[in-house]
This record gives sequence, structure tokens and C-alpha cells, in this order.
Amino acid sequence: MEAIDYTAPKTLDEALKVMADHGDRARVLAGGTDLLVQLRGGRRSADIVVDSKFVPELNELSYDAQKGLTIGAAVPCCTIYEDQAVESNYPGLTDCASLIGSIQIQGRATIGGNLCNAAPSADSIPSIIALGGVANVVGPKGARQVAAEDFCTAPGRNVLEPGELLVSISLPAPQAHSGANYLRFIPRNEMDIAVAGVGSSVILDSSGQNFVSGRIALASVAPTPVFSKAAGDSLAGKPVSEATIDEAAEKAMADAKPITDMRGTIKQRVHLVGVLTRRTLNTAVKRARGEE
Amino acid sequence: MPGLVHVETTINGNQVNFLCEPRQSLLECLRDVLGMTGTKEGCNDGNCGACTVLLDGRIVTSCLVLGVEAQGKEVTTIEGVASPEGLHPVQQAFLENASLQCGICTPGFIVATKALLDREPDADEGRIRHWLAGNLCRCTGYDKIVRAVLDAEEKMKS
Repeated sequence: MEAIDYTAPKTLDEALKVMADHGDRARVLAGGTDLLVQLRGGRRSADIVVDSKFVPELNELSYDAQKGLTIGAAVPCCTIYEDQAVESNYPGLTDCASLIGSIQIQGRATIGGNLCNAAPSADSIPSIIALGGVANVVGPKGARQVAAEDFCTAPGRNVLEPGELLVSISLPAPQAHSGANYLRFIPRNEMDIAVAGVGSSVILDSSGQNFVSGRIALASVAPTPVFSKAAGDSLAGKPVSEATIDEAAEKAMADAKPITDMRGTIKQRVHLVGVLTRRTLNTAVKRARGEE
Repeated sequence: MPGLVHVETTINGNQVNFLCEPRQSLLECLRDVLGMTGTKEGCNDGNCGACTVLLDGRIVTSCLVLGVEAQGKEVTTIEGVASPEGLHPVQQAFLENASLQCGICTPGFIVATKALLDREPDADEGRIRHWLAGNLCRCTGYDKIVRAVLDAEEKMKS
């Protein structure tokens, strides 16, 4: 790795000042599981890494029944999946936090970093999109919010301007009769990159027999994570049935625009999107009914 | 050119001071700065787990931690696993079950295994394989390692 400087600001203001001073030559360090590999491999370069783990706002993990969940950008996956409030209220988030990398990686890697790294295959982003997540960003021009589905712009690229910092991700409070699930397909049991992944969330009516609404997002089937609005919207007002779920799966497959590469073919990935959409919807329904 | 940074940390219960460049990983600091070569370098990109150490009680790949990040933390390496009285039951079980051939992955496996059994003394085979999925071994085929972990569970209970 080329020589770099390191700083560990203790406040958000200090962090923003360093970011402003160094512009795109500053890189934010959270878990480091992507950044350090990229710096070492020469895929990214920086003059200074800004360790975000001492800034209080980036280390917050808090749940409020009205406001929802705030996930500080430097909170590691292990803290998220060991959190009781997350497990009870956002099982779709626990799903993805507990399958990123190994136990070693989960001790360091963060959901905020997964979002900023903007890999098409990122396991947490479909869940964040499906759950209606919003990125809270601050920078020299002040604070702004970006919907999770608008955050990634290309492989490894996101909407952050030089000097801007992802502070946290907000998830709205779960509604009554709601449920979510994330699944990916990998040829191994662990430690692999998604050939395809799908995150689904649903809200059912009080009878548990009809969809009120749904959100579905896809991984590894386009240059960025895909929010399949058509698939989610197709559920609204329809009975929970195989036909309704098949229709959503068809729409999700239509929104998948994968490439053929070493991990899978176009045909296989589109097929997987259908399978995973059906499976995640079925699990999300069970969770919404309190059956799982 | 960034200068050397003074890091004060605790390694295996001892207070340790060292100087490092900010770009150096904790793995490099352990091996090259402090001469603690028990922790091994495998892939150097977080895939193989050979460099596994405990950082404030959690297993991490030390190749993906900067040495400067150890400031004020507690690090436990393979050198901190055995006691002056003898090998740790996990180490003894690895020996008795012939769970190593070339041995490069072994320190990482032992640190990761000890962390698992300290948290979950009754982990079953499925949980053991899941927990150790971040540690690669190209010699044993894993079965002997899993057998050693199950054996270590028994040893630690008696």
C-alpha cells in the first residue's frame, strides 16, 4: 500500500473539516474490509484515511417505535445482528448483516460501508431499499437525505460529493402486519459473492390475507442494486396467493439486467431473481403474519 | 510523507508500545514491527483467516485492520492462547486429532475456535463449520479440524 496518513476525528465537525481539506484525496475508514483491500490493490488511492469509528453520530444504533431505526455508518454487522430490537423489528436487516463475509469480516464490516462501496452484489443494499431506507449525508453544503435506491450510481460509485460523509441510514418504523426477508444464491454455503440476491418487504392488511404494499430490490443483476418498483407495486391490494407472488416475480425478472460473468450467466441470474423473489415474499408474508 | 505513529495497545494482556506507518496493517505490525510471527499472512485481503486475532474480544482478520487502529484496544494473538502451564485444550485437541499438515492456517483456526468455544461451549458441528467458514485450510479437508473442535469442547468441560 502507498503511504497514507491517518486521522481519527472525535466529532462530526472535525471529520468534515478533514474531508473538506482533502476533498477526494480523503477516504472514510469504517470497517476497512473493502477500503484497505482496494488501497492495497491500487484500485483506490488516498492521501489520508479518516477513521469514522470515533464520531458519535456514526456509531449510533438506536430504535424508536415511532422514529424507526438509525444505523450509524460505522456500526459493524455483528452489532446489528446481535441487537434484540433489530432482530424483532427488522429481521430482513438481520438476514443480510449475518451473511456478509465471515464472522471475522462481520466484526468489522459496516452496512454504511456496504452502501458507500456500492458493489452491485452488496448484500445489505436490497434489504435497505426494500425497508425504505434513507441515507443521511452531511457535507460542506449542509445535510441532505438520499433514498437508498438513489444512492449507488455505478459499480463502486455513489452520490457522495467530495467532502461529503454518510452519517447514518434511517429505516422507518415497521408498520403493523409487515415483514421482510433477504436471500441470495451462492454456490457455496458461506463466504461468497451473490450470483443474485433479492430483498423483499411487505405490509399486509389486518386479516393477513391481502397485500397492502410491497417493496422489492435486487442484487448482482445490474451495474447498481435495482429497486424493482413494478414488482413491489404489483402486490398492492391483491390477495396473498401464488398467482400474486408469481406476477411480482415476473416483474422483478423483467427489471433484472444482468451480465454473464464468472459467477453466473444472464439466463441463470434472471431465473434466480424469480426464485428468490417468490421465496423472500413467502418468508416476508410469514413474518408479517407472525408465523416466523 | 506521513511519519511514524506511536501506538499504545494491549497485546495478550501486556501493555505494548510501538511505532508504525499509518499504512501498515495490524498483521504487519505484529510480525514485522513486534516480531510476533505466530500470526500468519495468507491472502492479505481478508479471505483466508490465517491472520485471525481478537480485537476487543471479537475475531478479525488482522490484515484488514490498520496497526494504528490498535491504539487503546486489546489484542489477543495465538501467542496469548497457551498458558505457562501448557497448551490450551484447543491446541491440545488440534495436536491429538492431527488437524494440521502445513500449519500455516492453524494459528488462525485456533484463535477463531477458542473465541467460539468461549462464547458457545456447546456449539454443534453445523455451528462450528459456519463459524470457521472464514478460515481456509488447503491440507486437511476440514474434517479433522471439526473433530478437534468437538474434542476441545469435551476437554474444556472436564
